Amino acid sequence: MPLIPALPRRLHGPSIWALYVIGLCPAVWSFYLGATGGLGVNPVKEFEHLLGLWALRFIILTLAITPLRDLFGINWIRYRRALGLLAFYYVLMHFSVWMLLDLGMDFGSVFADILKRPYITIGMVCLAALVPLAVTSNNYSIRKLGKLWIDMHHLIYAIALGGALHYFLAVKSITTEPFIHIAAIALLLAYRPIRKPFLRWKRARKTVDSPQPAPR
Amino acid sequence: MAVYRPPHIAASDITPRNIYMSRRSFIGTAAAGFALAGAGSAFAAPLQAKPGPYTLDEKLTPKDAVTSYNNFYEFGTDKSDPSSNSGDFKPTPWTVKVDGLVGKPKEFGLEELMKMPIEDRTYRMRCVEGWSMVIPWIGFPLAALLDKVEPQGSAKYVSFETVVRPEEMPGQKGLFQPLPWPYVEGLRLDEARHPLTILAVGLYGETLPNQNGAPIRLVVPWKYGFKSIKSIVRISLVEKQPETTWKNSNAREYGFYSNVNPAVDHPRWSQATEQRIGEGGFFKTARRPTLPFNGYADEVASLYSGMDLKANY
Repeated sequence: MPLIPALPRRLHGPSIWALYVIGLCPAVWSFYLGATGGLGVNPVKEFEHLLGLWALRFIILTLAITPLRDLFGINWIRYRRALGLLAFYYVLMHFSVWMLLDLGMDFGSVFADILKRPYITIGMVCLAALVPLAVTSNNYSIRKLGKLWIDMHHLIYAIALGGALHYFLAVKSITTEPFIHIAAIALLLAYRPIRKPFLRWKRARKTVDSPQPAPR
Repeated sequence: MAVYRPPHIAASDITPRNIYMSRRSFIGTAAAGFALAGAGSAFAAPLQAKPGPYTLDEKLTPKDAVTSYNNFYEFGTDKSDPSSNSGDFKPTPWTVKVDGLVGKPKEFGLEELMKMPIEDRTYRMRCVEGWSMVIPWIGFPLAALLDKVEPQGSAKYVSFETVVRPEEMPGQKGLFQPLPWPYVEGLRLDEARHPLTILAVGLYGETLPNQNGAPIRLVVPWKYGFKSIKSIVRISLVEKQPETTWKNSNAREYGFYSNVNPAVDHPRWSQATEQRIGEGGFFKTARRPTLPFNGYADEVASLYSGMDLKANY
């Protein structure tokens, strides 16, 4: 039994486009605040951190789609591509702001930091790993790649882990905000290995509960 | 029939624009006056000091940046938390206990500390996170206070302790405490007695705002900012190197000395450059090279002669 009423089919498409628009609002709003002096006295760092945080949030939402369906019967799989792509856009913006505005295109420092600082190395690997996923986020690729597409998109688990680690290593101390984000990723990743046994158990319970066909 | 005649107003009766526009500053001054009278208010009061021996030719960091971009975890870990969450903090009345290996241990009232030879000291401030400011402090040399208690020959270090008041400092309560309280810091005795080391009681011509460590804090300009402990309630002279909060929290990343050193990176980020807060902007950051000992090498490098600064970070 679904917990929430189903969206009429004709609204599926528009609701996905609405998600893209809403999803990009935090970036646009933060950019506006930054450009007009509304992000405090260190606006670039603030903007950079907000973009990174929103990237993590969209990764969390992407990972939440499957458990939401398994546990609560809410099927939002149609939004997963948009959420994943939004996460990619935010990671890309986070990286661009760091390179262009924070380090001021000092590419010597950019490369030195990527090679030398483990948390930046991890962040960079995650961004690189997101590129093939973003490029293949279309129906044509799904058809063309088949089983390989599924295996390939399991990379998101490693990326989520890397993103959490990147955040953990970048902060001076673990406070409420990092804790909540990292814990959410940890929980959603921990669900994956127990998912198959859980679904088996759920199906078994269903067959026991439902009336058995009468023997002939 | 009565006809309304607008009253004639002489030009001399009209309040000049600069006066009516200054209403806000009048209200501000009045508020500061009340703050002085009503103990414990969060408003800073005017404070006069004579020019000190150390000045800087660098542009001052704007006051609103100095008072709104702070690391003071007792009020929260965001940069804006100290200025937004410190309204309930009562910096008066206040006492600082000076004890340990001293001939004359004493508890100093704030009134007495404000009568110390306070002077203007404009210093660079370099945070371990990679940003910096130039701040016009008002304070007096820590050595002047230490002289009053007569340190014993066995005293080798000075330890400092911040106040613990969870009811006034929201960062000290709640589920996730970023650090153990009280915040503690320490210096070697020769560092503490160095003429650059001051106890600050004000900035920008006013008493210290709560978010900057009211009513009294340490300022050691050649060390990373976290060494400059805020809202001090106790200073002890001790024989052994004292515990320090960030070193206890992560000894690999934060050392006892924590001298500003562009050649020794933080394990997770470079210390070669710094971002000067309040300069540059959203599309142009103001990064500059970090100087050894934060530009105070001529004054303090001799304190560390013969020491391996990579090992003693």
